[in-house]
Amino acid sequence: MSERREQLLSIIREVSHEEITEIPNSTPFGLIIKKEVLSSLCESLYKNPSTYFDMLSCITGVDNGPEAGTMEVIYHLYSIPFNQSLVLKVILPREKAELESIVSIWKTANWLEREVYDMFGIQFNNHPDLRRILMPADWKGFPLRKDYKHEEYYRGVKVEY
Amino acid sequence: MKGLLDQQFENGGVIITKVDDLLNWSRLSSLFPMTFGLACCAIEFMSTGSTVYDMDRFGMVPRATPRQSDVMIVSGTVTFKMADRIKQLYEQMSEPRYVISMGSCSNCGGPYWQHGYHVVKGVDRIIPVDVYVPGCPPRPEALIGGILKLHEKIRSESRMKPTAIEQLMNKESQHV
Repeated sequence: MSERREQLLSIIREVSHEEITEIPNSTPFGLIIKKEVLSSLCESLYKNPSTYFDMLSCITGVDNGPEAGTMEVIYHLYSIPFNQSLVLKVILPREKAELESIVSIWKTANWLEREVYDMFGIQFNNHPDLRRILMPADWKGFPLRKDYKHEEYYRGVKVEY
Repeated sequence: MKGLLDQQFENGGVIITKVDDLLNWSRLSSLFPMTFGLACCAIEFMSTGSTVYDMDRFGMVPRATPRQSDVMIVSGTVTFKMADRIKQLYEQMSEPRYVISMGSCSNCGGPYWQHGYHVVKGVDRIIPVDVYVPGCPPRPEALIGGILKLHEKIRSESRMKPTAIEQLMNKESQHV
């Protein structure tokens, strides 16, 4: 398995000249990457016949809170023919949380990115249809942000117990 | 009170009753609930309709439209996104209409009472509720208990002399 990891790492290093760090003790194998290389790296991981990550399993958003001042977006990729999983983590500044959409590579990213946007307010540039997916369209604020405070009333109904 | 059909018929098949009793009896013996569910309570609601609990013995047949239903069983978590739809469905029901709030979530918010930013803390903040059934989720027996409670309420109603109008008239006469 570690051979496969080294192979993956060398392929990824070929594509991206930016700094790439390994997430320690991550299962499955994970990397922290710069947000600038995300879409080009994903595209080559998708297209390269020796990686062939044909499936995007999950996109997760994380808010580390105002003190840390960062947000994270985590991509879980899976290659069906190689039975190989890969985690890509992008760390964003909290006040300008935006990155490139990967809908053009995996169509399933459409709704996943919409959910991350809905809950955390992270902007995905060049997304074909970035609007709320779970909360009502006129909802104010992003509920899973650490500093989220709900409104007192929503459409005339009291929110507090 | 005994049911109308439990009493012995005498006097050559002629029975005498009050119009109220007849109307109430017919109303409570064919309460059509609306076919909809919001969460896990809906599973219990479904088993109430199954052969084991047999909701049909109360003359209850789920209807797929609010216009043909008499009672709305709010079975599950009412989110703010769902609240508008529930209110609209309630308003589409023809009167007399009744609401059974089933389970902790629709009674008071249930486990979402503290951190559930998206949950209405009780469906009675949107629509009037006749019977509350506690439980998380309530067993079919509990829901049937709520239905019997609603029967009790309907049985004591009087359509002939609406108390609301009486109170209004009393108020007007006091002003004169």
